Amino acid sequence: MNDFFIRMKPELMIAAVIFILLFLKLGKGLSNNKLLLLIQILLVWNFAFGFVMNAEGHLFNDMYQTNAMMSLQKNILNGGVLLIALLFTEWFQKCEHLTEFFILMLSSLLGMFFLISSGNLLMFYLSIELATIPVAALANFHFDKKISSEAAMKMILSSAFSSGVLLFGISLIYGATGTLRFSDIPALLDGSALQIMAFIFLFTAFAFKMSIVPFHLWTADVYEGSPIAVTSFLSVISKGAIAFVLVSTLYKVFQPYHTIWYSMVMILSIVTMITGNLFALRQQNFKRFLAFSSIAQVGFILVGISSNSIQGTTSVIYFILIYIFSNLAAFGVAGLISFATGKERIDDYKGFYKTNPFLSWIVALSLFSLAGIPPTAGFFGKLFLLISGAAAGSYLFIGIAAINMIISLYYYLRVVRAIFMDANERPIEKITIHPMTRIALIICGSGIVLTGVISWIYDAIKALVN
Amino acid sequence: MNLLVLLLVPIITALAVLIMRHNNLVRWTAFIGSSIQLLLSLGLYYAFNKARAQGETSQMLFEQKTNLFNSWNISLHLGVDGISVAMILLTSFVVVAGVLMSWKVEKMTKEFFLLLMLLSMGAYGFFISLDLFVLFFFLEVAVIPKYLLIGIWGSGKKEDSANKLALMLMGGSALVLLGLLGIYLSAGKTFDLMQLSQLQLPIRTQMICYPLLFVGFGIFTALFPFHTWVPDGHSSAPTAGSMFLAGISMKLGGYGCLRVATYLMPEGAHAYANIVIVLSTIAIFYGAFATMMQTDLKYINAYSSVSHCGFVLLGIGMLTKVAITGAVMQMVSHGLMTALFFAVIGMIYERTHTRQVNEMGGLLKVMPFTITLLFIVGFCSLGLPGLSGFVAEMTIFMGAWEHPDTFHRVATVMACMSIVVTAVYILRAVGKTAMGPLKEQYNHLSDATWNEKLAAIVLMIGILAIGLAPGWLNQLVSPGADVIMQKLK
Repeated sequence: MNDFFIRMKPELMIAAVIFILLFLKLGKGLSNNKLLLLIQILLVWNFAFGFVMNAEGHLFNDMYQTNAMMSLQKNILNGGVLLIALLFTEWFQKCEHLTEFFILMLSSLLGMFFLISSGNLLMFYLSIELATIPVAALANFHFDKKISSEAAMKMILSSAFSSGVLLFGISLIYGATGTLRFSDIPALLDGSALQIMAFIFLFTAFAFKMSIVPFHLWTADVYEGSPIAVTSFLSVISKGAIAFVLVSTLYKVFQPYHTIWYSMVMILSIVTMITGNLFALRQQNFKRFLAFSSIAQVGFILVGISSNSIQGTTSVIYFILIYIFSNLAAFGVAGLISFATGKERIDDYKGFYKTNPFLSWIVALSLFSLAGIPPTAGFFGKLFLLISGAAAGSYLFIGIAAINMIISLYYYLRVVRAIFMDANERPIEKITIHPMTRIALIICGSGIVLTGVISWIYDAIKALVN
Repeated sequence: MNLLVLLLVPIITALAVLIMRHNNLVRWTAFIGSSIQLLLSLGLYYAFNKARAQGETSQMLFEQKTNLFNSWNISLHLGVDGISVAMILLTSFVVVAGVLMSWKVEKMTKEFFLLLMLLSMGAYGFFISLDLFVLFFFLEVAVIPKYLLIGIWGSGKKEDSANKLALMLMGGSALVLLGLLGIYLSAGKTFDLMQLSQLQLPIRTQMICYPLLFVGFGIFTALFPFHTWVPDGHSSAPTAGSMFLAGISMKLGGYGCLRVATYLMPEGAHAYANIVIVLSTIAIFYGAFATMMQTDLKYINAYSSVSHCGFVLLGIGMLTKVAITGAVMQMVSHGLMTALFFAVIGMIYERTHTRQVNEMGGLLKVMPFTITLLFIVGFCSLGLPGLSGFVAEMTIFMGAWEHPDTFHRVATVMACMSIVVTAVYILRAVGKTAMGPLKEQYNHLSDATWNEKLAAIVLMIGILAIGLAPGWLNQLVSPGADVIMQKLK
């Protein structure tokens, strides 16, 4: 019994927060400001408590498993959600249904935790649903905007479709191997056409969730339509969780099919990078721009995944840690601007530096980090993905990735140029920043600068990877 | 001497600049910081010579190693030999002069000096690191400051030039990265330059990685046909930006070509030497002729930089000890000379508000100090004996002449002939600016201010020290070139 509590600690903590929120909803209700503060405190506590008393082991007949690496991954996601809760303080304070928003978001996070810990395909399916469906509801949180409902609709349809594909894959695997347990599957993989078919279906579901080209079509519309808090949750937390799970699924469960998935991952990675980059070149809306840039980033994550080594796993976790800082900083500032002025176009940012130097530097740092330019952490993150990918063999593949880094620099610089260089007679006025938001932005900024330079972080992550 | 101070001083200066309230304090902080850098580098030179005189024969001095990323076998491995010391000296001279020349920057002063300090930190780090990963890190650290310096404080079509520069340099970095990865993987996962130099890299690796690295670094140092960022970048940059770009940043490429590509991959260097020579001869000639067509002073110096940096690559391509020594000397000499040239152009432009030589004339009468400087750098550029340009180029030609075959002789002779073209454009530009009737609107122009004079004097000391007594630089550099040559044989 004691084991149960300790092993499922991260999930139980999130569930406890959700229940607290539900009870608060039953009462006469706190004001939004107090409620938000309470939520933030709870999340800080949740995040801090995540570092202690982590156990290894499994529960429920291998349905649920946990180890140091999974605890770390959950903690990274916890930190990301905490940052989101801080970053969009002003928006949350005005949000009509704050409790529901966080209940939904934390439910999705709970789903991701179970997803990371799942040791069985059934558990896997259930948790992936739990992680996705609340987000579709979140996407609709701009109640007065048609585009938001459209985003939710697209999200739910595409995730329903991918769930169907996933279920089909799972049933085929069950048919071909007679088991759903992750630990039993590798021994039973014999390379028959049916199994490979099943694997491809399973992979497709991942591709949908991670918006790997050609399954990315929902991404930009959903990102653009959703409230920015939801967009950042989708693009950072949910993508990160799926990437973690993809790594462990490919490396552990489908290790016998390494040669097959290596070429799949390679081709998808190239296509994803190129498509993401080329579409990002022409975007005018900053959120859409970040959507396509995040597609390109997923292509990079795939480079690391293709390496099939401990270095690869470590690099992916490390990259996602950095990606959380970088992307959340960009989304945070975009959210501030959008909330204060309603402007979301890159052209509107012209001359932004004159009025808001602090925010401008944060955006610049985050974009440089996304582009992978030193001294930001993104440089290290991307380089380590590339080195681990190169160690797997295909040099041409790495060359294409390097070319894509240059293309991506072009469009990241476009935003920097608008902010710092282009003249504008009526730039966005000085934006007042809520202290909580400022704290979150400073955390993101120092994360971007320091994560790479403090080099033992990488080694520490590697020590936890198994 | 602990080499880490060379990194810490710029960083501390940058942080100090950040907390200063007034523009004047910012300037003085940057000036003091850069002077400390200059003193440190002179101290380094002194300590280096002293250690050598005491019989310290190890290849790199003041070595230190701290592990950074154990999983990748990456460490902060620092150390210097004569070549690095020469480059560090160059960097510190140019940094001081650049800070002094930016005294009048009023727009976002704090950010300006912050970026200058970051740039100098990148350059120092690049020259002292003996770990290829760290070296690459510092190579790229410098890209963003350059981009912002040009894009924010530049003139003309600055945004496009900044974009072009950042993208081309990133392209160069991408090639360098690929080359480094090739070395890393084929040499058993180490980035350590000293360990790598003990190994014999497989021929196949050398054949693939040498061109990647050489072209990659070559883009930084205006290798033909990847020189196109040079004229636009230099002409749009603010004065200190041009000085840093031409004086330091372009030298990163030359140093990388020599230290990384040629040193680690001798077979590759031999195999591709002829292509390098052809490309650099084209750069020398093309640069010189392209300069003849320019009327904008900054474009004149930018294109002539293409031509002069061609000499650096020519020296490296010749693969003889004297030529390589000459190449390093040319890097130092050209760095000082071109920085001074851009400084003078900046002084003239600030007063006349034009850079077109046709619109000037007779300026010698109103600003004698500045125009005298212009004469001196002009003569230095065309290789007048007694100034640094002559010494460096002469050394390269002597090294090149060691090859008895027709191909090398032809390349050498062609490179020599370009000096005539240089004389034509320099004399024309200088003459049109300085001589002739003075235009009325320039009657009231004032001469250089104290900071400009000080900047010029700092650089002039360097130029004259090399030009009048080249022995010290030769002695400093040639043991380093010797080590590279032993590997090449």
